[in-house]
Amino acid sequence: MALASLLPPELPVNRPGFFGLAGRCELQAPGPRPAPGPPGLAPPAWGLPAAGDAGIELLHGTTTLAFKFQEGVVVAVDSRATAGSYVASQTVKKVIEINPYLLGTMAGGAADCSFWERLLARQCRIYQLRNKERISVAAASKLLANMVYQYKGLGLHMGTMICGWDKRGPGLYYVDSEGNRLSGTAFSVGSGSVYAYGVLDRGYAPDMPAEEAYDLARRAIYQATYRDAYSGGEVNLYHVRRDGWVRVSTDDVAQLHAHYRGDPQGDGAA
Amino acid sequence: MAFAGLTADARIIINRARVECQSHKLTVEDPVTVEYITRYIASLKQRYTQSNGRRPFGISALIVGFDDDGSPRLYQTDPSGTYHSWKANVIGRNAKTVREFLEKNYTEEAIATDKEAIKLAIRALLEVVQSGGKNIELAIIRRNQPLQIFSAKDIESQVAEIEKEKEESEKKKKKSI
Repeated sequence: MALASLLPPELPVNRPGFFGLAGRCELQAPGPRPAPGPPGLAPPAWGLPAAGDAGIELLHGTTTLAFKFQEGVVVAVDSRATAGSYVASQTVKKVIEINPYLLGTMAGGAADCSFWERLLARQCRIYQLRNKERISVAAASKLLANMVYQYKGLGLHMGTMICGWDKRGPGLYYVDSEGNRLSGTAFSVGSGSVYAYGVLDRGYAPDMPAEEAYDLARRAIYQATYRDAYSGGEVNLYHVRRDGWVRVSTDDVAQLHAHYRGDPQGDGAA
Repeated sequence: MAFAGLTADARIIINRARVECQSHKLTVEDPVTVEYITRYIASLKQRYTQSNGRRPFGISALIVGFDDDGSPRLYQTDPSGTYHSWKANVIGRNAKTVREFLEKNYTEEAIATDKEAIKLAIRALLEVVQSGGKNIELAIIRRNQPLQIFSAKDIESQVAEIEKEKEESEKKKKKSI
């Protein structure tokens, strides 16, 4: 890929703080952290950013899910971003619109996900122009997987699901920065995925009508936000159909909570 | 792929094309379309017309095959790196003569059946080669089947049939006169 190959691979020496003198010595980030000792003979941490580093917004705190069914692919995500125990944002857009018929989800490092998926969008468009036909979901996910594999071990942190509809039908692939690429009927990614899987696996049927599928996805994310501290905000729901994706709904988790408790007004009156 | 020109150059191109077909299958999880691999070969040839210390590939190629959707394709490339799609074409020293023959005789009826199409191809070549199956090679590619190369015997029998038909039509002409 032209752009990726122009970027110098991120060597640990290039990152500030490699030699033990973190650039922000005055600003001690909250959270557990080893006291910065003298830059002695201890080998430096290879590649990974220090946990609880306030400078980097990490999104491992996330719940995203997607599943295939007869009417396409349903994609649902939460919208909370955390840096340690600090809630950095409740309104993050974790679904990336690669093009009108391909969606990517975001889990892990926000910058990693959005950067690489934008690069993927560029590559997909070039493919479409050169070959006069849309890129398949399999090919798009493979391009992404091959792009990030070149940076394996250098600290990329990304777990994404590529969702679309091509001539083979609905397509869903899980791709991560370790180099995994899996095709499947249903995936959930993030710290809240364990809770979402519980709901999803219970209610899933391949021949569900669309409305039922939306309800299932919404419920799964809601339950995950209920139990996982690092997931919350809103539930963003998308549906990828034969003619492209549509954004189905955005629901605040607090309102969903009231709704599921049988209190649609949300004012505790019921 | 059929080619006319320097055999050694052709082997290089064929090898590169084979590797590219597999690479494409690996990254895109789909076999190449005939147009894609033609475009690849053509851009390879073009690169050699615009680089230091290299000479262009001395071959013209005819690339045939079926796409995934089942439609048959024929493409022709030349040393400059251009490529075009054709219903019928000829390359080589006597291409002009044979092309004229095809332009006259490539009709819907002539290609209606396998047998007729084979006869048309042989008749076209017989315009410029000395008679005899020993100077002709014939191959057919059918949808979802491997390439079938005709044996010398089959070609001889086809040639014999064609000669007979020619004689008969000439007899008829004489009679009418």
